[in-house]
Amino acid sequence: MPDPRTIAELALEVRSKNAGPFWVTMELFMRDAAGYAQVADPDYLNPTVIARLYGVPADTIQMFRLPSLNVVKISFPRPVSQGSLRDRDIHAGQHHVPLALHPLPH
Amino acid sequence: MNEVRVLTPSGMLGSGFPPETLTRGIELGADVIAVDGGSTDSGPYYLGSGTAKTAAAAVAQDLRLMLRAAASAGIPLIVGSCGTSGTDSGVDWVAGIVREILAAEGLSLRVATIYSEQQPAVLRSLLGRIRPLPPANALDPEVLDSCSHIVGMMGHEPIVRALEAGADVVLAGRATDTAIAAAYPLMKGLPAGPTWHAAKIVECGGQCTTNPRAGGVLATIDAGGFTIEPLDPGNACTPTSVAAHMLYETVNPFSMREPAGTIVVSDATYRALDDRRVRVEGSRFEPAAQHTIKLEGARVTGYETMSFTAIRDPHILGQIDTWAALMRKTIGEWVTRTLGLGDGDYEFDLRLYGHNAILDDLEPDRSPPREVGVMLLVHAPDQQTATAVAKVANPLMLHLPTPDMNYLPSLAFATSPAETERGPVYEFALNHAVDVDSPTALFRINLPEAHSA
Repeated sequence: MPDPRTIAELALEVRSKNAGPFWVTMELFMRDAAGYAQVADPDYLNPTVIARLYGVPADTIQMFRLPSLNVVKISFPRPVSQGSLRDRDIHAGQHHVPLALHPLPH
Repeated sequence: MNEVRVLTPSGMLGSGFPPETLTRGIELGADVIAVDGGSTDSGPYYLGSGTAKTAAAAVAQDLRLMLRAAASAGIPLIVGSCGTSGTDSGVDWVAGIVREILAAEGLSLRVATIYSEQQPAVLRSLLGRIRPLPPANALDPEVLDSCSHIVGMMGHEPIVRALEAGADVVLAGRATDTAIAAAYPLMKGLPAGPTWHAAKIVECGGQCTTNPRAGGVLATIDAGGFTIEPLDPGNACTPTSVAAHMLYETVNPFSMREPAGTIVVSDATYRALDDRRVRVEGSRFEPAAQHTIKLEGARVTGYETMSFTAIRDPHILGQIDTWAALMRKTIGEWVTRTLGLGDGDYEFDLRLYGHNAILDDLEPDRSPPREVGVMLLVHAPDQQTATAVAKVANPLMLHLPTPDMNYLPSLAFATSPAETERGPVYEFALNHAVDVDSPTALFRINLPEAHSA
């Protein structure tokens, strides 16, 4: 099997969802401690990177690292009001994709 | 009681569950059945309109099974956030279904209802005690009057009051997901830390198991912690599946605010008792100095009309972004020319499903699609204007060529008529909490009366 190139290829699951009407939250469920160490590295994933991927202010982003679960969790205020004309993802269920397709560090 | 067993057959009233879920839970000694009837997850429409997301027949089917089980076992049934958003109309809707079932089944159960809808005038009198929750700003009192419905999210206290008054069935308006499952064990004196954490873990039914589609769960709460197990013998809880549920639909996986305080799970431990049961210890509940009730409100922002066509022509798809830009520009020009409307009179969104409709500018993959669905969504202050704009755009949705085509293509409308009127659309207008002196003050509790055939 070729080396994984994206977070999705390395992870067990990458998902996103509303956390109440005003927040989006995403989780990277990694397969093992080694995969977790790669994505939990603050030099690799941090609010600046998330801000660029999602067009949201870096200072509104909250990140949680859970080594016991091999999970990195990211939350930020919903950039588009839920159910409004510009909201194309009511449950924010597909918003994990830009993060999932983010290239891994070399 | 030294321990209390909470049976949650599913994460949502009306979503269905295998009947064996209940029989198995009763066999295992369930003391209470608790199920959530609501959510804000599907958007502001349900609160704004005071209607339910779930079908009445599906809600009735779930309730029939639970009412029979509760009656035969002699244990209470608690339903929270009735009717999706917990409006008074939602409570009345579920109560009506319950009464029909009790009559049809010949069951005699005492039903309590708790109403959570709030009046703007009352909230105006509490303005100084209403605080914004991030990312909201300070409350503009005008917003209160603009909402079609406002509900307060109750904690466990109003539910406990109904149970103490002898209710067999408690139908609550808007309640925190956890309060529904926490009320009975707290009433029986079980400690707050394990109770609230267990309530959070069971609130989505089988979500905390390795197979969320296999029905609900049973949490056994005692003085030292709680044990969680799935009700389908073929399903399993693992330390990971249980711990991971604290991540689900939460901003912060370590702490969660309730009206009466904060659930803190950063020191909780998760241990497998066998291959399908998990023991959780070390959960804490930190009582708040100030009891708060979170408010939810929704208001109409306008009316929408939708039109949907589709493209398979490879020539147009080869320059789909150019085509879409031309469409946006031409719709604006035609609407101004024919209807005399300009910016501010209406808005529209043109979404290219199959290309970039969901992520728009965030879409990382720009490769050419094989087919594209084109949704035009028009938003206006009234339905007539929204539909007029969509009708003016109709010939473009049928025939717009790319700039380099010297003939008019015909695109693939999905329906006739092409336009669908969506009616009023809503937004969540409140993200605030009000400080209260009494946890039951904002809620109207109708204590039980006997209902029987």
